[in-house]
Amino acid sequence: MTTTSETARAAQPAASTVPPKAPLRSVRAKGRIDPAYYWMVVPVLALFAFFITLPALVGVFFSLTNYAGYGDWKFIGLSNYVNIFKDPAILQSYIFTFVFALTTTVVVNIVALAIALGLNAKIKWRTGIRTVFFIPMVLSALVVSFVFNYLFSNTLPVLADRFGVTPLATSILANENYAWLAIVLVTVWQAAPGATIIYLAGLQSVPSEVYEAADLDGAGSFRQFRSLTLPLILGYLVINVILGFKGFLGTYEIIVGLTGGGPGMATQSVAMRIFSGFTGGDYSYQMANAVIYFLITLLISVIQLRLIQRRGVSL
Amino acid sequence: MTAFPLTARRASHAPDRPALRRKIRSGREGYKVNWWLTGLMLVASLTVLLPLYFTVAMALKSPDQIGTGTGLAWPSPVNWENFGAAYVATDFPRAFMSTAFVTVFSVLGSLACSSLVAYAIARNWNRRFFRGSFVYLLSAMFIPFPVIILPLIKQTALLGLDNPGGVVFLHVLGGISFNTLLYIAFVRSIPVELEESARLDGATTWQVFRRIIFPLLAPMNATVGIFAFLGSWNDFLLPQMMIADPALQTLPVVQMLFQGEFNTNYSLAFASYLMAMAPTLVVYILAQRWVLSGVMRGAVK
Repeated sequence: MTTTSETARAAQPAASTVPPKAPLRSVRAKGRIDPAYYWMVVPVLALFAFFITLPALVGVFFSLTNYAGYGDWKFIGLSNYVNIFKDPAILQSYIFTFVFALTTTVVVNIVALAIALGLNAKIKWRTGIRTVFFIPMVLSALVVSFVFNYLFSNTLPVLADRFGVTPLATSILANENYAWLAIVLVTVWQAAPGATIIYLAGLQSVPSEVYEAADLDGAGSFRQFRSLTLPLILGYLVINVILGFKGFLGTYEIIVGLTGGGPGMATQSVAMRIFSGFTGGDYSYQMANAVIYFLITLLISVIQLRLIQRRGVSL
Repeated sequence: MTAFPLTARRASHAPDRPALRRKIRSGREGYKVNWWLTGLMLVASLTVLLPLYFTVAMALKSPDQIGTGTGLAWPSPVNWENFGAAYVATDFPRAFMSTAFVTVFSVLGSLACSSLVAYAIARNWNRRFFRGSFVYLLSAMFIPFPVIILPLIKQTALLGLDNPGGVVFLHVLGGISFNTLLYIAFVRSIPVELEESARLDGATTWQVFRRIIFPLLAPMNATVGIFAFLGSWNDFLLPQMMIADPALQTLPVVQMLFQGEFNTNYSLAFASYLMAMAPTLVVYILAQRWVLSGVMRGAVK
């Protein structure tokens, strides 16, 4: 820091031959610019290129080879990609990931909107209740899922047994068909506060006059919610859906903490599959998978942005 | 990409005076508490409180108290030894220091890098280089992490960065798109005249940034700092994948220790979970007003 600021200061006398107002104008005028601005950006850009962009390019490169993560490799063209499309395990992880992300997005938004409406209403002890609801946001997802892991595999079966609910008497984490529901539940528990915050901001931006008018027109509270609140906070819903869906596509920690991808491979997300490439000896194969995953998420982002623009809301 | 086009379009005059509006609204009818809804919210908040209570209760049980039942009962002789045992088993001080190292430097790095970059870009918006840099940095928002992780691990290992230091680098650079986005909107709202007067007094760009801009960025610094803190304290993925030496592992990763199929010592595990959760929980409860307003500012962007 000191060396750079000294060089900047050393550059000052040279600039003093021009009229004293020059450095001031250099903020805006074309042509002349304080090199300090470059010093602020270029090092970060270089690091960014090295740690983010370079690995991405290297990954794309190796996806065209048969590199196992060690030893020799040679170019094999697109055959990794071709094989991925024929791989039922990969296909299954994509189906799981998308079904999971869609379900979670829907549930998170319903839950978060309900909580936000509650917190925005005239309730007693609002600050205290709000504090409680946002606790999950600050906890580590992994540690939280370990706790839920015990709840699902020990507490819930015992309770279910006691009340005679036989379908729940065995751990749902061990059930191939229902384990993903547990993952949805914990993800909702973790992600709902973030979405709630956005909805709360939305609800507070709705002017009370519209409700007064609706009151005069005799609209009931459900009608008010459907015809006023919902359309007025639509933009916030769009943000939540976009942020949520993209985030849930990459879920990793909660799955690790709950099922570890099992039973079998029933809850293996795409991210987990890709990470397995590091130890599994199919490095280049999983890199091809990663490239496909990237293209799919990119496509989704582009579609979502289009939809937003058509709605007339800008992010 | 400006600050509030969303609210501006939907409810054009709303965002300016929420406090005033609330006063009018509550003044109109008096503040009638909706008790029915309050009760409902209290019941709903149990979904958060119960797992926490459960964690505390489990952490205070001896292994034979855990053997039977649901685990929901409060332990009758409270067993404090678990914390000591978990402290030893996880080598808590070391894991804690490692996590603290990653967190402190990730927060400081995020604040310094993002605010500098945002300042330079915002003040040179009419130059192609800076606008281009901005778009380039934003590109990271579209790259999902799994896509770069495999080559990244190799790269950092090659450079000897497979340690908490490398994790710090990636936290800072990974967050830079979002943080810069937050900062730029804020820098734009700071009048250039403030800087110009300082420049007339002979301040360099660096001095202007340090003495004038950075202090004025305080609300955004809080927001970015909170996000960086939560993100790096709780991060599991990067440390797990990148840190090669188990002795340098961070707290969340160390919890994996208790997930062995056959050596599950639940009382120990839960004491350890609680110790991993406690710092953020305590900070949050003490500073919840700032945390929430910070996250709110970040989220609504």
